[in-house]
Amino acid sequence: MDLTSLTIDAARSVVQQRRTSARALAEAHYARIQKEDGQVGAFLTLSKERALKQADRIDRMAAEGKPLPALGGVPVGIKDVMVTRGVRTTAGSKILANYIPPYDCTAVARMEAAGAVVLGKMNCDEFAMGSSNENSAFHPVRNPRDLTRVPGGSSGGAAAAVAADMAVVTLGSDTGGSIRQPASFCGVVGLMPTYGRVSRNGLIAFASSLDHIGPLAKTVKDAAIVLRTIAGRDPMDSTSADLPVPDYVAELAKPVRGLKLGVAKEYFGEGLDNAVGQAVEAAIDKLKRLGCEIVAVSLPHTPYAIPTYYLVATAEASSNLARYDGVRYSYRAPGVKSLAEMYRRSRDEGFGAEVKRRIMLGTYALSAGYYDAYYLKAQRVRTLLVRDFEEAFTKVDAIVTPTSPTAAFRLGEKSNDPLAMYLADVYTVTADLAGIPGISVPCGETKEKLPIGLQILGRHFDEATILRVAHAYEQAA
Amino acid sequence: MMKVAEKDVAYVAGLANLELTQEEQAGMVRDLNSILQYVDRLNELDTSNVEPMAQVSDRYGVDGSKPGTERFSYASREDIPEGLRKSLPREEALANAPDSDGVFFKVPKVIER
Repeated sequence: MDLTSLTIDAARSVVQQRRTSARALAEAHYARIQKEDGQVGAFLTLSKERALKQADRIDRMAAEGKPLPALGGVPVGIKDVMVTRGVRTTAGSKILANYIPPYDCTAVARMEAAGAVVLGKMNCDEFAMGSSNENSAFHPVRNPRDLTRVPGGSSGGAAAAVAADMAVVTLGSDTGGSIRQPASFCGVVGLMPTYGRVSRNGLIAFASSLDHIGPLAKTVKDAAIVLRTIAGRDPMDSTSADLPVPDYVAELAKPVRGLKLGVAKEYFGEGLDNAVGQAVEAAIDKLKRLGCEIVAVSLPHTPYAIPTYYLVATAEASSNLARYDGVRYSYRAPGVKSLAEMYRRSRDEGFGAEVKRRIMLGTYALSAGYYDAYYLKAQRVRTLLVRDFEEAFTKVDAIVTPTSPTAAFRLGEKSNDPLAMYLADVYTVTADLAGIPGISVPCGETKEKLPIGLQILGRHFDEATILRVAHAYEQAA
Repeated sequence: MMKVAEKDVAYVAGLANLELTQEEQAGMVRDLNSILQYVDRLNELDTSNVEPMAQVSDRYGVDGSKPGTERFSYASREDIPEGLRKSLPREEALANAPDSDGVFFKVPKVIER
Protein backbone atom coordinates (compact mmCIF):
# COMPACT_ATOMS: atom_id res chain seq x y z
CA MET A 1 0.00 0.00 0.00
CA ASP A 2 1.34 3.42 -0.95
CA LEU A 3 0.88 5.41 2.24
CA THR A 4 1.58 8.80 0.70
CA SER A 5 -1.11 9.02 -1.94
CA LEU A 6 -4.15 8.64 0.30
CA THR A 7 -7.12 10.98 0.67
CA ILE A 8 -8.38 11.92 4.14
CA ASP A 9 -11.03 9.20 4.35
CA ALA A 10 -8.66 6.54 3.02
CA ALA A 11 -5.93 7.55 5.49
CA ARG A 12 -8.30 7.64 8.45
CA SER A 13 -9.85 4.32 7.58
CA VAL A 14 -6.56 2.40 7.19
CA VAL A 15 -5.57 3.68 10.64
CA GLN A 16 -9.00 2.90 12.08
CA GLN A 17 -8.87 -0.65 10.67
CA ARG A 18 -5.28 -0.95 11.90
CA ARG A 19 -4.03 -1.92 8.48
CA THR A 20 -1.31 0.55 9.30
CA SER A 21 -0.65 2.91 12.18
CA ALA A 22 -0.86 6.68 12.36
CA ARG A 23 2.80 6.59 13.33
CA ALA A 24 3.72 4.60 10.20
CA LEU A 25 1.66 7.00 8.11
CA ALA A 26 3.50 9.99 9.58
CA GLU A 27 6.87 8.29 9.15
CA ALA A 28 6.07 7.42 5.52
CA HIS A 29 5.39 11.11 4.90
CA TYR A 30 8.60 12.14 6.67
CA ALA A 31 10.49 9.66 4.49
CA ARG A 32 8.87 11.19 1.42
CA ILE A 33 9.81 14.68 2.65
CA GLN A 34 13.38 13.49 3.23
CA LYS A 35 13.52 12.20 -0.34
CA GLU A 36 11.68 14.97 -2.22
CA ASP A 37 11.84 18.18 -0.27
CA GLY A 38 15.51 18.90 -0.84
CA GLN A 39 14.48 19.79 -4.39
CA VAL A 40 11.03 21.27 -3.72
CA GLY A 41 11.63 23.26 -0.50
CA ALA A 42 8.05 23.11 0.74
CA PHE A 43 8.78 22.77 4.46
CA LEU A 44 10.50 25.33 6.70
CA THR A 45 10.26 23.42 9.99
CA LEU A 46 9.39 19.82 10.84
CA SER A 47 7.46 19.19 14.05
CA LYS A 48 8.26 15.52 14.37
CA GLU A 49 7.96 15.23 18.12
CA ARG A 50 4.53 16.83 18.14
CA ALA A 51 3.42 14.77 15.15
CA LEU A 52 4.47 11.41 16.57
CA LYS A 53 2.92 12.18 19.95
CA GLN A 54 -0.40 12.89 18.23
CA ALA A 55 -0.02 9.83 15.98
CA ASP A 56 0.49 7.62 19.05
CA ARG A 57 -2.61 9.10 20.66
CA ILE A 58 -4.62 8.23 17.54
CA ASP A 59 -3.11 4.74 17.44
CA ARG A 60 -4.20 4.15 21.04
CA MET A 61 -7.74 5.19 20.09
CA ALA A 62 -7.70 2.79 17.14
CA ALA A 63 -6.32 0.00 19.33
CA GLU A 64 -9.14 0.55 21.81
CA GLY A 65 -11.62 0.34 18.95
CA LYS A 66 -12.79 3.93 19.42
CA PRO A 67 -14.11 5.66 16.29
CA LEU A 68 -11.48 8.09 14.99
CA PRO A 69 -12.44 11.73 14.44
CA ALA A 70 -12.65 13.14 10.89
CA LEU A 71 -8.89 13.71 10.52
CA GLY A 72 -7.74 10.88 12.80
CA GLY A 73 -4.12 10.11 11.91
CA VAL A 74 -4.11 12.27 8.77
CA PRO A 75 -0.70 13.90 8.11
CA VAL A 76 -1.09 17.63 7.43
CA GLY A 77 1.07 20.71 6.90
CA ILE A 78 0.44 24.22 8.18
CA LYS A 79 1.49 27.35 6.31
CA ASP A 80 4.06 29.13 8.44
CA VAL A 81 1.82 32.14 9.04
CA MET A 82 -0.28 30.21 11.57
CA VAL A 83 1.23 30.11 15.04
CA THR A 84 1.98 26.77 16.67
CA ARG A 85 2.79 26.55 20.35
CA GLY A 86 6.38 25.47 20.86
CA VAL A 87 7.04 25.07 17.12
CA ARG A 88 8.98 27.83 15.36
CA THR A 89 6.74 30.07 13.26
CA THR A 90 8.50 32.45 10.88
CA ALA A 91 5.92 33.86 8.43
CA GLY A 92 8.72 33.25 5.90
CA SER A 93 10.58 36.22 7.38
CA LYS A 94 14.00 36.76 8.86
CA ILE A 95 12.38 39.07 11.39
CA LEU A 96 10.62 36.04 12.97
CA ALA A 97 13.36 33.51 12.20
CA ASN A 98 13.58 32.39 15.86
CA TYR A 99 10.03 32.99 17.01
CA ILE A 100 8.53 30.21 19.17
CA PRO A 101 4.84 31.06 19.70
CA PRO A 102 3.27 30.58 23.13
CA TYR A 103 -0.15 29.56 21.74
CA ASP A 104 -1.88 27.73 18.90
CA CYS A 105 -3.84 29.22 16.01
CA THR A 106 -7.52 28.26 16.39
CA ALA A 107 -7.66 26.56 12.97
CA VAL A 108 -4.61 24.45 13.84
CA ALA A 109 -6.04 23.54 17.24
CA ARG A 110 -9.29 22.46 15.56
CA MET A 111 -7.37 20.32 13.05
CA GLU A 112 -5.49 18.60 15.88
CA ALA A 113 -8.64 18.17 17.96
CA ALA A 114 -10.05 16.35 14.93
CA GLY A 115 -7.03 14.02 14.96
CA ALA A 116 -4.74 15.64 12.37
CA VAL A 117 -1.01 14.95 12.66
CA VAL A 118 0.91 18.19 12.04
CA LEU A 119 4.08 17.23 10.14
CA GLY A 120 5.51 20.72 10.00
CA LYS A 121 5.31 24.29 8.78
CA MET A 122 5.06 25.21 5.13
CA ASN A 123 7.27 27.67 3.30
CA CYS A 124 5.57 30.81 1.97
CA ASP A 125 6.23 34.30 0.68
CA GLU A 126 7.33 36.58 3.52
CA PHE A 127 4.24 37.61 5.51
CA ALA A 128 2.18 36.01 2.70
CA MET A 129 3.20 38.84 0.35
CA GLY A 130 3.87 37.39 -3.07
CA SER A 131 2.56 35.25 -5.90
CA SER A 132 5.54 32.98 -6.56
CA ASN A 133 6.99 32.00 -3.17
CA GLU A 134 10.25 33.68 -4.24
CA ASN A 135 9.82 36.20 -1.40
CA SER A 136 10.52 33.62 1.30
CA ALA A 137 13.48 34.82 3.38
CA PHE A 138 14.68 31.21 3.65
CA HIS A 139 14.50 29.61 0.22
CA PRO A 140 12.11 29.53 -2.72
CA VAL A 141 9.73 26.63 -3.34
CA ARG A 142 9.84 24.85 -6.69
CA ASN A 143 6.81 23.50 -8.49
CA PRO A 144 6.83 19.69 -8.16
CA ARG A 145 5.37 19.45 -11.67
CA ASP A 146 8.34 21.32 -13.16
CA LEU A 147 11.20 22.28 -10.90
CA THR A 148 12.20 25.24 -13.07
CA ARG A 149 8.84 26.88 -12.31
CA VAL A 150 7.30 28.57 -9.28
CA PRO A 151 4.55 26.87 -7.27
CA GLY A 152 2.63 30.14 -7.05
CA GLY A 153 2.20 32.02 -3.84
CA SER A 154 1.98 32.93 -1.22
CA SER A 155 0.93 29.44 0.02
CA GLY A 156 3.52 27.88 -2.33
CA GLY A 157 4.86 25.33 0.15
CA ALA A 158 1.33 24.31 1.16
CA ALA A 159 0.37 23.68 -2.47
CA ALA A 160 3.63 21.97 -3.46
CA ALA A 161 3.54 19.59 -0.48
CA VAL A 162 0.07 18.33 -1.41
CA ALA A 163 1.03 18.05 -5.09
CA ALA A 164 4.18 16.07 -4.20
CA ASP A 165 2.39 13.77 -1.70
CA MET A 166 4.37 15.14 1.24
CA ALA A 167 1.12 15.87 3.13
CA VAL A 168 -2.47 14.75 2.64
CA VAL A 169 -3.81 18.27 3.11
CA THR A 170 -2.41 21.61 4.23
CA LEU A 171 -3.79 24.84 5.61
CA GLY A 172 -2.96 27.98 3.65
CA SER A 173 -4.03 31.60 3.83
CA ASP A 174 -5.51 33.80 1.12
CA THR A 175 -5.41 37.61 1.13
CA GLY A 176 -5.34 38.23 -2.64
CA GLY A 177 -5.34 34.73 -4.09
CA SER A 178 -2.69 33.00 -2.00
CA ILE A 179 -4.58 29.69 -1.66
CA ARG A 180 -6.27 29.49 -5.06
CA GLN A 181 -3.42 30.64 -7.32
CA PRO A 182 -0.79 28.17 -5.98
CA ALA A 183 -3.44 25.41 -5.98
CA SER A 184 -3.96 26.18 -9.66
CA PHE A 185 -0.21 26.23 -10.41
CA CYS A 186 0.44 22.92 -8.62
CA GLY A 187 -2.66 21.05 -9.79
CA VAL A 188 -4.42 20.69 -6.43
CA VAL A 189 -7.69 21.94 -4.93
CA GLY A 190 -7.60 25.22 -2.96
CA LEU A 191 -10.53 26.72 -1.06
CA MET A 192 -10.85 30.24 0.33
CA PRO A 193 -13.91 30.38 2.60
CA THR A 194 -16.09 33.45 3.16
CA TYR A 195 -14.52 36.21 5.26
CA GLY A 196 -15.44 35.33 8.86
CA ARG A 197 -16.20 31.65 8.16
CA VAL A 198 -12.92 30.54 9.74
CA SER A 199 -11.38 32.23 12.77
CA ARG A 200 -8.23 34.25 12.13
CA ASN A 201 -7.04 33.90 15.72
CA GLY A 202 -3.37 32.97 15.52
CA LEU A 203 -3.00 33.85 11.85
CA ILE A 204 -0.10 36.30 11.60
CA ALA A 205 -1.86 39.38 10.25
CA PHE A 206 -1.12 40.72 6.77
CA ALA A 207 -4.31 42.64 5.84
CA SER A 208 -6.95 42.00 8.47
CA SER A 209 -10.01 42.80 6.34
CA LEU A 210 -8.79 40.43 3.61
CA ASP A 211 -7.06 37.54 5.39
CA HIS A 212 -8.67 34.08 5.18
CA ILE A 213 -7.54 30.59 6.25
CA GLY A 214 -8.48 27.62 4.07
CA PRO A 215 -7.39 24.17 2.89
CA LEU A 216 -5.28 22.91 -0.01
CA ALA A 217 -6.16 19.31 -0.81
CA LYS A 218 -5.99 16.48 -3.32
CA THR A 219 -9.77 16.34 -3.74
CA VAL A 220 -12.76 18.63 -3.31
CA LYS A 221 -14.14 16.26 -0.70
CA ASP A 222 -10.96 16.60 1.36
CA ALA A 223 -11.32 20.38 1.20
CA ALA A 224 -14.92 20.02 2.41
CA ILE A 225 -13.85 17.82 5.33
CA VAL A 226 -11.22 20.35 6.41
CA LEU A 227 -13.60 23.30 6.10
CA ARG A 228 -16.18 21.47 8.24
CA THR A 229 -13.44 20.97 10.82
CA ILE A 230 -12.07 24.51 11.04
CA ALA A 231 -15.18 26.66 10.36
CA GLY A 232 -17.36 28.30 12.98
CA ARG A 233 -17.51 30.97 15.63
CA ASP A 234 -14.45 31.51 17.79
CA PRO A 235 -14.67 33.92 20.72
CA MET A 236 -11.01 34.82 20.07
CA ASP A 237 -11.89 36.43 16.70
CA SER A 238 -14.67 38.98 16.89
CA THR A 239 -15.06 38.87 13.10
CA SER A 240 -15.71 35.12 13.04
CA ALA A 241 -19.34 34.57 12.10
CA ASP A 242 -21.79 33.19 14.63
CA LEU A 243 -23.47 30.86 12.17
CA PRO A 244 -24.07 27.12 12.14
CA VAL A 245 -21.55 25.13 10.07
CA PRO A 246 -23.25 23.03 7.38
CA ASP A 247 -22.17 19.47 6.71
CA TYR A 248 -20.20 20.40 3.62
CA VAL A 249 -19.45 16.76 2.86
CA ALA A 250 -23.10 15.70 2.84
CA GLU A 251 -23.89 18.73 0.64
CA LEU A 252 -21.51 17.44 -2.05
CA ALA A 253 -23.99 14.72 -2.95
CA LYS A 254 -26.70 17.17 -4.00
CA PRO A 255 -27.18 17.46 -7.76
CA VAL A 256 -25.82 20.42 -9.72
CA ARG A 257 -28.51 20.12 -12.41
CA GLY A 258 -30.39 23.38 -12.73
CA LEU A 259 -27.76 25.52 -10.97
CA LYS A 260 -27.12 28.81 -12.73
CA LEU A 261 -23.43 29.51 -13.33
CA GLY A 262 -22.29 32.98 -14.33
CA VAL A 263 -19.55 33.63 -16.86
CA ALA A 264 -18.14 37.17 -16.86
CA LYS A 265 -16.34 38.45 -19.94
CA GLU A 266 -14.08 40.56 -17.71
CA TYR A 267 -12.30 37.35 -16.70
CA PHE A 268 -11.57 36.28 -20.27
CA GLY A 269 -9.94 39.37 -21.73
CA GLU A 270 -6.45 40.67 -22.40
CA GLY A 271 -3.65 38.84 -20.62
CA LEU A 272 -5.41 35.47 -20.51
CA ASP A 273 -3.19 32.72 -21.88
CA ASN A 274 -4.81 30.82 -24.77
CA ALA A 275 -4.32 27.36 -23.32
CA VAL A 276 -5.80 28.48 -19.99
CA GLY A 277 -8.75 30.11 -21.70
CA GLN A 278 -9.46 26.99 -23.76
CA ALA A 279 -9.25 24.67 -20.74
CA VAL A 280 -11.63 26.85 -18.76
CA GLU A 281 -14.08 27.07 -21.69
CA ALA A 282 -13.98 23.28 -21.93
CA ALA A 283 -14.67 23.00 -18.19
CA ILE A 284 -17.64 25.33 -18.55
CA ASP A 285 -18.93 23.13 -21.38
CA LYS A 286 -18.62 20.10 -19.14
CA LEU A 287 -20.60 21.83 -16.39
CA LYS A 288 -23.25 22.66 -18.96
CA ARG A 289 -23.45 18.99 -19.95
CA LEU A 290 -23.88 18.17 -16.25
CA GLY A 291 -27.06 20.21 -16.35
CA CYS A 292 -25.89 23.62 -15.15
CA GLU A 293 -27.31 26.62 -16.92
CA ILE A 294 -24.60 29.01 -18.16
CA VAL A 295 -25.55 32.69 -17.85
CA ALA A 296 -23.56 35.69 -19.04
CA VAL A 297 -22.96 38.18 -16.20
CA SER A 298 -20.97 41.38 -16.00
CA LEU A 299 -18.54 42.40 -13.27
CA PRO A 300 -17.62 45.75 -14.81
CA HIS A 301 -15.27 47.01 -12.08
CA THR A 302 -12.95 44.00 -12.31
CA PRO A 303 -10.15 46.00 -14.05
CA TYR A 304 -9.97 48.19 -10.92
CA ALA A 305 -9.53 45.30 -8.50
CA ILE A 306 -5.72 45.10 -8.54
CA PRO A 307 -5.11 48.82 -7.85
CA THR A 308 -7.80 48.73 -5.14
CA TYR A 309 -6.24 45.67 -3.59
CA TYR A 310 -2.71 47.07 -3.57
CA LEU A 311 -3.85 50.18 -1.71
CA VAL A 312 -6.13 48.46 0.82
CA ALA A 313 -3.83 45.51 1.50
CA THR A 314 -0.67 47.58 1.83
CA ALA A 315 -2.35 50.17 4.07
CA GLU A 316 -3.50 47.44 6.42
CA ALA A 317 -0.13 45.71 6.22
CA SER A 318 1.77 48.88 7.12
CA SER A 319 -0.28 49.06 10.30
CA ASN A 320 -0.15 45.34 11.13
CA LEU A 321 3.60 45.09 10.61
CA ALA A 322 4.32 48.03 12.90
CA ARG A 323 4.39 45.51 15.77
CA TYR A 324 7.77 44.12 14.67
CA ASP A 325 9.92 46.39 16.77
CA GLY A 326 12.59 44.07 18.16
CA VAL A 327 11.38 44.45 21.74
CA ARG A 328 9.02 41.65 22.81
CA TYR A 329 9.86 39.20 20.04
CA SER A 330 11.32 39.44 16.53
CA TYR A 331 14.79 40.23 15.27
CA ARG A 332 16.87 43.02 16.80
CA ALA A 333 19.79 44.55 14.89
CA PRO A 334 23.06 44.25 16.81
CA GLY A 335 25.12 47.21 18.04
CA VAL A 336 22.37 49.83 18.09
CA LYS A 337 22.85 52.90 20.27
CA SER A 338 19.33 54.28 20.68
CA LEU A 339 15.75 53.04 20.70
CA ALA A 340 14.88 54.85 17.47
CA GLU A 341 17.90 53.37 15.71
CA MET A 342 16.97 49.94 17.04
CA TYR A 343 13.49 50.14 15.49
CA ARG A 344 14.70 51.38 12.13
CA ARG A 345 17.67 49.08 11.73
CA SER A 346 15.92 45.97 13.05
CA ARG A 347 13.09 46.50 10.60
CA ASP A 348 15.37 47.30 7.68
CA GLU A 349 17.52 44.21 8.29
CA GLY A 350 14.62 41.95 9.29
CA PHE A 351 12.17 42.63 6.44
CA GLY A 352 12.74 41.63 2.82
CA ALA A 353 12.42 43.90 -0.22
CA GLU A 354 8.77 43.18 -1.09
CA VAL A 355 7.59 43.58 2.49
CA LYS A 356 9.38 46.93 2.74
CA ARG A 357 7.92 48.02 -0.58
CA ARG A 358 4.42 47.26 0.67
CA ILE A 359 4.97 48.91 4.04
CA MET A 360 6.20 52.01 2.19
CA LEU A 361 3.26 52.05 -0.24
CA GLY A 362 0.76 51.50 2.58
CA THR A 363 2.31 54.14 4.79
CA TYR A 364 2.28 56.59 1.89
CA ALA A 365 -1.38 55.82 1.07
CA LEU A 366 -2.34 56.48 4.70
CA SER A 367 -0.18 59.56 5.22
CA ALA A 368 -1.51 63.09 5.68
CA GLY A 369 -2.50 64.60 2.35
CA TYR A 370 -2.78 61.27 0.53
CA TYR A 371 -5.32 59.38 2.64
CA ASP A 372 -8.37 60.59 0.70
CA ALA A 373 -6.76 60.26 -2.72
CA TYR A 374 -5.53 56.72 -2.20
CA TYR A 375 -6.82 54.77 0.79
CA LEU A 376 -10.33 56.25 0.94
CA LYS A 377 -10.63 56.15 -2.84
CA ALA A 378 -9.73 52.45 -2.81
CA GLN A 379 -12.32 51.79 -0.09
CA ARG A 380 -14.99 53.40 -2.25
CA VAL A 381 -14.01 51.32 -5.28
CA ARG A 382 -14.11 48.27 -3.03
CA THR A 383 -17.81 49.02 -2.55
CA LEU A 384 -18.26 49.11 -6.33
CA LEU A 385 -16.55 45.74 -6.64
CA VAL A 386 -18.79 44.16 -4.02
CA ARG A 387 -21.86 45.66 -5.69
CA ASP A 388 -20.81 43.96 -8.96
CA PHE A 389 -21.00 40.61 -7.19
CA GLU A 390 -24.28 41.42 -5.41
CA GLU A 391 -25.83 42.23 -8.77
CA ALA A 392 -24.44 39.10 -10.44
CA PHE A 393 -25.60 36.85 -7.60
CA THR A 394 -29.19 37.97 -8.09
CA LYS A 395 -28.97 36.12 -11.43
CA VAL A 396 -26.67 33.18 -10.77
CA ASP A 397 -25.73 30.72 -8.00
CA ALA A 398 -22.00 30.77 -8.67
CA ILE A 399 -19.50 32.34 -11.08
CA VAL A 400 -16.88 30.36 -13.02
CA THR A 401 -13.57 31.90 -14.13
CA PRO A 402 -9.95 30.96 -14.68
CA THR A 403 -8.05 31.00 -11.36
CA SER A 404 -4.97 32.61 -12.88
CA PRO A 405 -4.38 34.12 -16.33
CA THR A 406 -1.40 31.81 -16.93
CA ALA A 407 -0.01 28.49 -15.79
CA ALA A 408 3.07 28.44 -13.54
CA PHE A 409 5.80 30.84 -14.68
CA ARG A 410 9.54 30.31 -14.35
CA LEU A 411 11.56 31.24 -11.26
CA GLY A 412 12.97 34.72 -11.76
CA GLU A 413 10.58 35.53 -14.59
CA LYS A 414 8.69 38.25 -12.71
CA SER A 415 10.79 38.78 -9.61
CA ASN A 416 12.23 42.13 -10.76
CA ASP A 417 8.90 43.62 -11.79
CA PRO A 418 6.52 44.10 -8.84
CA LEU A 419 3.61 45.18 -11.07
CA ALA A 420 3.86 42.14 -13.35
CA MET A 421 3.86 39.94 -10.25
CA TYR A 422 0.78 41.72 -8.84
CA LEU A 423 -1.14 40.99 -12.05
CA ALA A 424 -0.81 37.24 -11.39
CA ASP A 425 -3.64 37.83 -8.88
CA VAL A 426 -5.96 39.60 -11.30
CA TYR A 427 -8.74 36.96 -11.13
CA THR A 428 -8.43 36.17 -7.44
CA VAL A 429 -8.25 39.51 -5.57
CA THR A 430 -11.88 40.37 -6.31
CA ALA A 431 -13.21 37.61 -4.03
CA ASP A 432 -10.93 38.71 -1.18
CA LEU A 433 -12.10 42.30 -1.51
CA ALA A 434 -15.76 41.24 -1.59
CA GLY A 435 -15.36 38.65 1.19
CA ILE A 436 -16.99 35.92 -0.92
CA PRO A 437 -15.75 32.31 -1.05
CA GLY A 438 -13.80 30.86 -3.97
CA ILE A 439 -12.34 27.50 -4.90
CA SER A 440 -9.77 26.45 -7.49
CA VAL A 441 -10.07 22.95 -8.95
CA PRO A 442 -7.70 21.46 -11.56
CA CYS A 443 -9.10 21.62 -15.11
CA GLY A 444 -6.49 20.26 -17.45
CA GLU A 445 -2.95 21.08 -18.50
CA THR A 446 -1.04 23.16 -20.98
CA LYS A 447 0.97 21.41 -23.66
CA GLU A 448 3.99 21.68 -21.32
CA LYS A 449 1.98 19.56 -18.83
CA LEU A 450 1.47 22.48 -16.45
CA PRO A 451 -1.75 22.39 -14.43
CA ILE A 452 -4.60 24.85 -15.08
CA GLY A 453 -7.18 25.89 -12.48
CA LEU A 454 -10.91 26.55 -12.74
CA GLN A 455 -12.14 29.06 -10.16
CA ILE A 456 -15.68 28.95 -8.80
CA LEU A 457 -16.90 31.94 -6.77
CA GLY A 458 -19.98 31.86 -4.57
CA ARG A 459 -22.28 33.96 -2.43
CA HIS A 460 -21.29 34.92 1.10
CA PHE A 461 -21.37 31.81 3.32
CA ASP A 462 -22.39 29.59 0.42
CA GLU A 463 -19.28 27.42 0.33
CA ALA A 464 -21.63 24.43 -0.03
CA THR A 465 -22.60 25.40 -3.59
CA ILE A 466 -19.09 26.08 -4.89
CA LEU A 467 -17.84 22.85 -3.31
CA ARG A 468 -20.73 20.99 -4.94
CA VAL A 469 -19.99 22.43 -8.39
CA ALA A 470 -16.26 21.77 -8.00
CA HIS A 471 -16.96 18.20 -6.85
CA ALA A 472 -19.33 17.50 -9.75
CA TYR A 473 -16.74 18.84 -12.20
CA GLU A 474 -13.92 16.84 -10.59
CA GLN A 475 -15.93 13.62 -10.69
CA ALA A 476 -16.86 14.14 -14.34
CA ALA A 477 -13.41 15.26 -15.51
CA MET B 1 5.18 62.71 -13.90
CA MET B 2 7.10 61.64 -10.82
CA LYS B 3 4.73 61.37 -7.88
CA VAL B 4 7.35 60.74 -5.24
CA ALA B 5 10.91 62.00 -5.07
CA GLU B 6 13.75 60.79 -2.89
CA LYS B 7 12.84 63.20 -0.10
CA ASP B 8 9.27 61.83 0.00
CA VAL B 9 10.61 58.31 0.26
CA ALA B 10 12.87 59.36 3.12
CA TYR B 11 9.93 61.01 4.89
CA VAL B 12 7.66 57.94 4.50
CA ALA B 13 10.49 55.62 5.58
CA GLY B 14 10.73 57.71 8.74
CA LEU B 15 7.00 57.31 9.39
CA ALA B 16 7.32 53.56 8.88
CA ASN B 17 10.43 53.28 11.08
CA LEU B 18 12.50 51.88 8.24
CA GLU B 19 16.11 52.86 7.70
CA LEU B 20 16.59 52.36 3.98
CA THR B 21 20.04 52.22 2.45
CA GLN B 22 20.85 54.67 -0.37
CA GLU B 23 20.41 51.88 -2.88
CA GLU B 24 17.07 50.84 -1.37
CA GLN B 25 15.86 54.44 -1.49
CA ALA B 26 16.58 54.74 -5.19
CA GLY B 27 14.78 51.47 -5.92
CA MET B 28 11.85 52.56 -3.80
CA VAL B 29 11.48 55.84 -5.72
CA ARG B 30 11.30 53.85 -8.95
CA ASP B 31 8.89 51.17 -7.65
CA LEU B 32 6.53 53.52 -5.82
CA ASN B 33 6.23 55.79 -8.84
CA SER B 34 5.46 52.86 -11.08
CA ILE B 35 2.82 51.46 -8.71
CA LEU B 36 1.25 54.85 -7.96
CA GLN B 37 1.00 55.58 -11.66
CA TYR B 38 -0.80 52.27 -12.11
CA VAL B 39 -3.27 52.82 -9.24
CA ASP B 40 -4.15 56.21 -10.74
CA ARG B 41 -6.64 54.40 -12.95
CA LEU B 42 -9.01 54.43 -9.97
CA ASN B 43 -9.56 58.11 -10.76
CA GLU B 44 -11.41 57.09 -13.91
CA LEU B 45 -14.29 56.17 -11.58
CA ASP B 46 -16.65 58.71 -10.08
CA THR B 47 -17.04 57.57 -6.49
CA SER B 48 -18.43 60.80 -5.03
CA ASN B 49 -21.67 59.06 -3.99
CA VAL B 50 -20.16 55.72 -3.03
CA GLU B 51 -19.73 54.75 0.61
CA PRO B 52 -16.25 53.55 1.54
CA MET B 53 -15.94 49.96 2.71
CA ALA B 54 -13.18 49.14 5.18
CA GLN B 55 -14.56 45.75 6.18
CA VAL B 56 -17.09 43.30 4.82
CA SER B 57 -19.07 44.11 7.96
CA ASP B 58 -19.29 47.78 6.88
CA ARG B 59 -21.68 46.67 4.21
CA TYR B 60 -23.28 43.67 5.85
CA GLY B 61 -22.76 44.54 9.48
CA VAL B 62 -24.77 45.00 12.60
CA ASP B 63 -26.87 47.80 11.13
CA GLY B 64 -30.30 46.23 10.68
CA SER B 65 -31.10 48.35 7.64
CA LYS B 66 -28.43 46.63 5.57
CA PRO B 67 -28.88 43.38 3.67
CA GLY B 68 -27.38 40.22 5.08
CA THR B 69 -27.08 41.69 8.56
CA GLU B 70 -27.90 38.44 10.34
CA ARG B 71 -25.01 36.69 8.64
CA PHE B 72 -22.35 39.23 9.46
CA SER B 73 -23.62 40.29 12.87
CA TYR B 74 -20.35 39.80 14.63
CA ALA B 75 -21.67 38.66 17.95
CA SER B 76 -20.62 40.54 21.01
CA ARG B 77 -19.89 38.30 23.92
CA GLU B 78 -20.20 38.34 27.68
CA ASP B 79 -17.50 40.33 29.38
CA ILE B 80 -15.04 37.97 31.03
CA PRO B 81 -13.05 40.00 33.58
CA GLU B 82 -10.15 37.53 33.70
CA GLY B 83 -9.99 37.43 29.90
CA LEU B 84 -10.68 34.66 27.39
CA ARG B 85 -7.31 33.18 28.05
CA LYS B 86 -5.01 33.56 31.00
CA SER B 87 -2.12 35.97 30.88
CA LEU B 88 1.13 34.29 29.95
CA PRO B 89 3.51 33.44 32.77
CA ARG B 90 6.31 36.02 32.81
CA GLU B 91 8.91 33.49 31.73
CA GLU B 92 6.91 32.59 28.62
CA ALA B 93 6.15 36.20 27.79
CA LEU B 94 9.85 37.05 27.90
CA ALA B 95 11.04 33.89 26.14
CA ASN B 96 11.12 35.44 22.66
CA ALA B 97 12.56 38.79 23.72
CA PRO B 98 15.91 39.67 22.13
CA ASP B 99 16.96 41.10 25.50
CA SER B 100 15.46 40.95 28.99
CA ASP B 101 16.58 40.89 32.60
CA GLY B 102 14.13 38.16 33.56
CA VAL B 103 11.57 40.71 34.76
CA PHE B 104 11.43 43.41 32.07
CA PHE B 105 12.06 43.70 28.34
CA LYS B 106 15.33 45.56 27.84
CA VAL B 107 15.90 48.20 25.15
CA PRO B 108 18.70 50.65 24.38
CA LYS B 109 18.72 53.94 26.23
CA VAL B 110 15.65 56.06 25.39
CA ILE B 111 16.60 59.40 26.90
CA GLU B 112 20.03 60.93 26.43
CA ARG B 113 21.33 63.03 29.30
